[in-house]
Amino acid sequence: MKLYDGGKIITGLVIFLLIFTFPFWSSLGKAAPTPKLVLPAKTVAKQCVTATPYMRASHMKLLNDWRDAVVRDGLRVYVADDGKHFNMSLTNTCLSCHDSKEKFCDQCHNYLAVAPFCWECHLVPKEKK
Amino acid sequence: MGVDRRDFLKIAGISVALGVGGGVGFQLLRPGHLDAAQEGPNPRALKGQRWGMAIDMKKFTPATARAAIEACHYYHNVPLIPTKQNVKWIWLAPYANVFPETDNPQAGEYASLQYITMCNHCNNPPCVRVCPTKATFQRADGVVMMDFHRCIGCRFCMAGCPYGSRSFNFQDPRPFIKKESPNFPTRSRGVVEKCNFCAERLAVGELPYCAEASGGAMVFGDVDNAGSELRKMLRGRYSIRRKPNLGTDPQVYYLV
Repeated sequence: MKLYDGGKIITGLVIFLLIFTFPFWSSLGKAAPTPKLVLPAKTVAKQCVTATPYMRASHMKLLNDWRDAVVRDGLRVYVADDGKHFNMSLTNTCLSCHDSKEKFCDQCHNYLAVAPFCWECHLVPKEKK
Repeated sequence: MGVDRRDFLKIAGISVALGVGGGVGFQLLRPGHLDAAQEGPNPRALKGQRWGMAIDMKKFTPATARAAIEACHYYHNVPLIPTKQNVKWIWLAPYANVFPETDNPQAGEYASLQYITMCNHCNNPPCVRVCPTKATFQRADGVVMMDFHRCIGCRFCMAGCPYGSRSFNFQDPRPFIKKESPNFPTRSRGVVEKCNFCAERLAVGELPYCAEASGGAMVFGDVDNAGSELRKMLRGRYSIRRKPNLGTDPQVYYLV
């Protein structure tokens, strides 16, 4: 079997492969550092509205449940597992302990390339300096 | 040796008894009974069967209107856009626009007044019927609510509402909000908005901002409760409603 214009074809293939795999080899060994989640100081709150592992994995589900309960059913009080009552509000409850949206929300969302649109409407409380 | 038929039936019987007596049975017969009630209403929330409002045109002055509009628009983060794309929840309009088919040459002073208008929280709301996503819905207490999260901006509701109570966000409203109120979200581009009868205030036992700011010229109350302050006012005075012939059964009453 004879490969016509073999030199050109192989050079082309090599260039193609180089360009195609550029994103992989260019970022080799340069993994973005995993964001470090800073939880509120123990003086602010000892416990979130529910267990931390659940919040870490499923906070979006909890927030959706809160949204539906508040807006559609008019239920605005969340009873935590330990019996504490919370006003179901993203801006006024979540962000009152987790007082930095940048460190608490954006850091991980950017790392995972997810862009929830909460803050297009909900206001970010002014950060206390 | 395997299980013989007799043993198999015994095991099966015990399993079924355990299953029905245990959690599974509870879930089947009384769904949700074992779940902890995690979401509930605020105990201070106002309870009403049918919320409505009466506007006393004898007490009503331009200053009252300004106070009510300012309070509502500030607390609900309603933007002020100096074009036709403005957003409004509550506003003033002349008699001819508010009561168009009740043209009456003898209306006297009432024909020259400015009337405060807002969402009428109709008993039979056309906006709810036309909303394709159920973003607009009617609560059990009659409040015609909007779930801004679900609004897709189709504006059917704006076409359906005969009172012009709804506004569309043609652009991001944030730059047009002079001072942000921290207790209520803003809206985003492509969402319709309107008065919500201060559902967030009723939920914590307070009256709507406009009623509070009006100094008694706007009375909020339960239309279905014959003993309510609102019903007393409606009994004592003659009241008119906007476009009643359309059959929307509006719940904002103007006392004249």
